Amino acid sequence: MEFQLLIEQLLNGLQFGTMLFLMSAGLTLVFGVMGLINLAHGSFYMIGAFGAALLAEITGSFFIGLISSFIFAMFAGVITEILVIRKLYKKDHLDQVLATFALILIFSEGIRWIFGAYPLYLNIPSELNASVSLPLEIIYSKYRLLIIAIGILIAFFLYILTSKTLLGIRIKAGQNDREMISVLGVNIKTLYTIVFALGAALAGLSGALIGAIQSVEVGMGEPVLILAFVVVIIGGIGSIKGAFVGALLVGVTDTLGRFLLPELFKLFFNNADANLIGSSIASMSIYILMAIVLIFKPSGLFGKSSA
Amino acid sequence: MMSEKKLNFLILIFLFFLPLFSILLNDIYITTLFSKIVILAIAGIGLNLILGYGGMVSFGHAAFFGLGGYVTGILAFHFNNYEPIQILVFEFEGTNQLLLIWIFTLIFSSILALFIGYFSLRTSGVYFIMITLAFAQMLYYFSISWPTYGGEDGLSLSLRNQIPFFNTMDPITFFYICYVWLIITIIFVKFILNSPLGISLKASKENEDRVRSVGINPKKVKLISFIISGAITGLAGSLYADLNRFVSPTILSWQMSGEIMILVILGGMFRLYGPILGAFFYIILEQFLGGITENWQFWLGFIILLEVLYAKAGLISFLIKDKYDEKTSS
Repeated sequence: MEFQLLIEQLLNGLQFGTMLFLMSAGLTLVFGVMGLINLAHGSFYMIGAFGAALLAEITGSFFIGLISSFIFAMFAGVITEILVIRKLYKKDHLDQVLATFALILIFSEGIRWIFGAYPLYLNIPSELNASVSLPLEIIYSKYRLLIIAIGILIAFFLYILTSKTLLGIRIKAGQNDREMISVLGVNIKTLYTIVFALGAALAGLSGALIGAIQSVEVGMGEPVLILAFVVVIIGGIGSIKGAFVGALLVGVTDTLGRFLLPELFKLFFNNADANLIGSSIASMSIYILMAIVLIFKPSGLFGKSSA
Repeated sequence: MMSEKKLNFLILIFLFFLPLFSILLNDIYITTLFSKIVILAIAGIGLNLILGYGGMVSFGHAAFFGLGGYVTGILAFHFNNYEPIQILVFEFEGTNQLLLIWIFTLIFSSILALFIGYFSLRTSGVYFIMITLAFAQMLYYFSISWPTYGGEDGLSLSLRNQIPFFNTMDPITFFYICYVWLIITIIFVKFILNSPLGISLKASKENEDRVRSVGINPKKVKLISFIISGAITGLAGSLYADLNRFVSPTILSWQMSGEIMILVILGGMFRLYGPILGAFFYIILEQFLGGITENWQFWLGFIILLEVLYAKAGLISFLIKDKYDEKTSS
C-alpha cells in the first residue's frame, strides 16, 4: 500500500512539474531571448483560466474552453507586447520589474472588474473525471494523466521548434546577437512578439488545465509565477531543456517532500513534532533546492556562464 | 523647482509639523497614516543603500522587514503570557521594552542578513534577484506552516510595546518615535555613504576589478553593506509591527518585497531622500484612489507604468532642478 501511495505521489509530482513547465517555458524564452524579467507572466495564466471558464460556460464544451484559453492568452500577449513590453527591452531589470508589477495590478483588477470577486468554476468533463487502473494495482486520476501527457507533448513540440525549425534557429540567434540577426533581414520586432505571445499562450493553457482542478480566481497566477521563476533559475535562463528538468525537479521535490519529510522525521521525533517540523521544512523545500543549486552552480543547471 | 538640499529640508520640516495639521484638521488618522509612510521610508532607505548605491537588486527585503516584525511580536507575545522562550536548553524571558526589542531586532536581522548575503552574493544579476527572493519565500512559508505564533492568522499584540516616560499608544508620540528613527537612519546612512565603506561600495557598483586592484575586497564591502541594509529594514519591520499591533506572514511575502522596492524606485534611486517621497506617493495614492474607486489598483498600475516608461529618475526629478546624473549624485 505504501508503495502505491508513493507512486501516486510521484505521479502528482510529475503532473505538477509538467504544468510548471508550461508556465516556465515562455518565461525562460522571454528571459533568455529578450532579456526581460516578466512578472506579469502569471496574469496570462489567470487570463487563460478565465477565458476557458467563460467559453466552457457558454459552449458547454471543456475542450473549446481549453483551446480558447490558449487563444485568449495569446491575444493578451500580443497586445501587451506591442503596447508595453516592447518599450522595456532596452531598460534595466529594475524598470522591467516595476513595469510588469504594474501590469499585474492592471490585469488582476481588470479581471476583477469584469468577472467580479467570486471564483469561477471550470468543470472537468465526466469522461475524464474518473480513475484509471495502471499496472501494479495503481489507481490514478484520468485527468491528471492527461495533463502529464499534454505537458510532455508540448515539451517535445517546443524541443523540435527551438532546435529544428527556422523560427527556433532565429530565436537562438537573437539570443546570441540581436543586432546581427536584424542585419541579416530578420524582423526582430515580429520575432519577439511571436515568442512573447507563444509563452503567454502556454501559460494560459496551463492556467486552464489547473483551473479545472483548483478554482479560477483573481490572483491565482502569482504563486505559480514565483514557482516558475524558481524553475527558470534552477534550469538556467533561456534553456528549454533546463526549464523541463527544473520543472520536474521542483514538482517532484515539492510533492514528495510533503509526503516523505514528515515520515522521515518520525524516526527522530514523536508523531506530532515530526508532522510539524516535516511539513514546515517541506513547504520550504523547493526554495532550499534553488538556493543549493545556485550556491553550487551560480547560473543554473543548464545556464551559460554568469549573467 | 529647487535644489535637492532645500527639498530634503522641506520634507523633514513638513513631517515634523505633520501632527499639528492632524490636530488642526481634527483627524488623528492622518498621523497614523504618516507613521506608516515614515516606517516604509525607513525600510526603503535601508534597501536603497544596496539597491541604488550598491547596484544589488534584492527582491527579498521582506525577509528582514518580516523578521523585525516577528522578533517584536514574539518577544511581546512571551511577555504577555509569561512563558519563557525556549531555544534548545536556553530560556529567555519575553519583553515589552522597545529599547530592548530594537536591540534584538537589529541583532537578529543582522545575523539573517549575514546568512542571506553570504550565499546570495556568490551570484549576480538576475540570479541575485531570484536567490534573495528564494530566501524570503523560505521564511514566508515557514511562518505560515509554523503554528506556535499564529501561522497564517498571524499574531496580535494587545498593546504597543513600551518605552520609559512615553505613552506609545498615543498616535502622535508613536509618530515622533518613527520620525526620530527616520532622522537617525538618514544620518547613519549618510555617514556610511561618505565613509570609506560607502565610497568603495559605490566604486564596486561601477567596477569591481578596479576596487580589487587597490586592495579592497569588493565582496566584503558588499556583504557589510547588505548587513547594514538588512538591519535597517528589520528595524522598520519592528516599528511596523508596533504600529499595527499585529504581525502576519503578509509582511514576509514577495509582494512586501515588491512594495518596498517600488517605493524606492518611484521616489528615485541614488538619492537618500528618494524613498521618503516614494513612500509618501505610494501610500497617499493608495488612500486617495481607494477613496474614489473600488478598482484603485487598476489605476495605480497605470500610474506606475507611466512613471516607469516616461520618468526615469523617479518622482524626485520632478521636484528638483539639477539634471539626473547617476555618477555625480550621492
